[in-house]
Amino acid sequence: MTTTPAPSAPGTPAPDAPVLEAVDVTKHFTVRSAVGTRSVVRAVEGATLSLPRGRVVALVGESGSGKTTLARLLAGFYAPTSGEIRLEGVPVRQRRGRVERGHHRDVQLVFQDPFGSLNPLHRVRHNIERPLRLHHGVRGKAELDRRVRELLERVALTPVEQFVDKFPHELSGGQRQRVVIARALAVEPKVLLGDEPISMLDVSIRLEMLNLLDRLRTEDGLALLYITHDIASARYLCDDIVVMYAGEMVEGGPKEHVIADPQHPYTRLLVESSPDPGRGARDREALFDADADSLGEPPSLIDPPAGCRFHPRCPFAMDVCRTQAPERINLGDGRWARCWLHQEGRAGELARPGAGVEPVAPGALAEPAAAPTATRTTQETQ
Amino acid sequence: MSAVRRDLLRGWKVRAGLSVLAFFVLLALFGPWLTASVPGLDPRANDLTAIGLPPSAEHWLGTTQFGQDVLAQTIEGTRGSLFVGFLSAVIGTALAILVGLPAGYFGGRTDSWLNFLSNLFIVMPVLPLILIVAGYMQGTGLWVIALIIGFFGWSGGARTIRAQAMSVSNRDFVLAMRTLGEPHHRLLFHEVLPHLTGWIAAMFLQGVIGGVMAEAGLAFLGISDSGAISWGTMIQAAQQQSAVLRGMWWWFVPPGLCIALVATAATLVNFGVDELSNPKLRTVRRSVVRRTRDRAGSAGSAGSADRAGSTDRADGVVGQSPVGSDA
Repeated sequence: MTTTPAPSAPGTPAPDAPVLEAVDVTKHFTVRSAVGTRSVVRAVEGATLSLPRGRVVALVGESGSGKTTLARLLAGFYAPTSGEIRLEGVPVRQRRGRVERGHHRDVQLVFQDPFGSLNPLHRVRHNIERPLRLHHGVRGKAELDRRVRELLERVALTPVEQFVDKFPHELSGGQRQRVVIARALAVEPKVLLGDEPISMLDVSIRLEMLNLLDRLRTEDGLALLYITHDIASARYLCDDIVVMYAGEMVEGGPKEHVIADPQHPYTRLLVESSPDPGRGARDREALFDADADSLGEPPSLIDPPAGCRFHPRCPFAMDVCRTQAPERINLGDGRWARCWLHQEGRAGELARPGAGVEPVAPGALAEPAAAPTATRTTQETQ
Repeated sequence: MSAVRRDLLRGWKVRAGLSVLAFFVLLALFGPWLTASVPGLDPRANDLTAIGLPPSAEHWLGTTQFGQDVLAQTIEGTRGSLFVGFLSAVIGTALAILVGLPAGYFGGRTDSWLNFLSNLFIVMPVLPLILIVAGYMQGTGLWVIALIIGFFGWSGGARTIRAQAMSVSNRDFVLAMRTLGEPHHRLLFHEVLPHLTGWIAAMFLQGVIGGVMAEAGLAFLGISDSGAISWGTMIQAAQQQSAVLRGMWWWFVPPGLCIALVATAATLVNFGVDELSNPKLRTVRRSVVRRTRDRAGSAGSAGSADRAGSTDRADGVVGQSPVGSDA
């Protein structure tokens, strides 16, 4: 294992059909308050995502943007409100709120919190033997031992004797996450969904974990979904990036393009927010005319803004953004974005890094009834 | 688990409670055989030459108005009372788990129905119901009494189990095992249930106290098997023969004291279980406080290695491992 950045080229030459895909998936949760009023949380709205073999797709977005809900939809925890999840082209059916066991054989989920996703009362051995028994009918003690040893070696928990009979509380966070990954691998899935798998780990072991995931992708041809809010780790590991905001997907495409040249104002904000020593400290403020605090909160998913959900925080917001949701626009090279700027021919404004909105003709932006952020931007440009 | 067990046995409350309980259990198991073989006493035999005698060398706890030996009766009654206590606790706890665990785990409609059922049993006037049912099934022995007590006494426990199961079921490791494709029954009994051991143990002990007391209460009200001997039937017989007025304290004090002792012992064990699950309840032993203060006072003269040693020892008693209490 080297510590050089993962190769960005896909592991498989032919871009074959996706193993797992979400097609226009929407998930609404009904919540009831103490006084009995119902409200609907629109956690995921019209999400489309495909996970091809041997590729890592990163799903990036801030907390509460619906990333985890989407992962759980893909894992078969919930039935989508509309749309469908397809496993190798076949729609996944739910029976009484549960998917068939076949789905679990192909799709496994790694949770964010390695301290919570292992039962404190079970030894490492139990965690890995269960999927072997469930999915591969492994029975004999010798055979089980051999398979457990293999799996632990694969996630580099060696010497195996030291770990196999330990309880979770005797392991460090990184070791626990390895056990969790070994448990998922014991199923021999085709897809591994990582729900912020490194965010709870010490910074010093995050790289190891990313390299482990990368190895699984290249050696076993797993399709990987890597959910994160950290664009730096996404840049390191993944091939494609999909950006989510407030339950909707706003942009997607190959990672170099998305990070180097964001085509949606929110992606721009995300990229600018990640620490980069090569960039001036004031660049982001120059673009958004504000520090992160004054950019406001992500919107409520119970009562999302009309039109584009990002418009209250968007420095480029136009009238049309407040009333109509933008369509998904294909930009070539597998890239797409959902932003009115592309339809209005103003996409060029996004491209100038640091320069913000200065070259724009004032008339194009000046909206009398603009949101406060937009107004301030306008004033500065004039 | 072993750490939990070690912690549990460390406190004096648990030790005292367990030894008293163990004493009574042994008494229930072997006592009747002992009384029959060693002094040759029969709790049912009426000795007409010794009626209502106070404690003496021959009859250690005196005799009843019917000429029966009170010691032999108390020992025989231990068996009857503890049998009812344990059987009703087993039934009550099992029902509480069977209703509470699926309710908390599945939620939704299952929860609504099962919760409705336990609420129904909570609001039912249990004592009159027991009286009616027991009166209807009169003369059928301690078995039936235990069944009735257990059957009407599970609802509170079911609520507790439900709440706990609900919280455990939503933890990541249960979801993770579900993603592996574990069937519901495995998740219920291998992932969720082991986390409720402390609650179930406490509930069971409370059930034993409740069962013993309920049996005594029912017997006092005259609902019992006329042939069976338990602490309750003894007190009831004493009451019927106006033992209090006649000053025959040796007739009703031993069974009453036994009931109080069993209840105290079970409560002590419960304290220990509580302290284990809630470290805030733990008290510091006086000897530890004194030792720590002494060490602090003579810190200048004491060697650092010695101090480290004493801190370790103090830690062992006061700050018991937080990991253990999690389970």
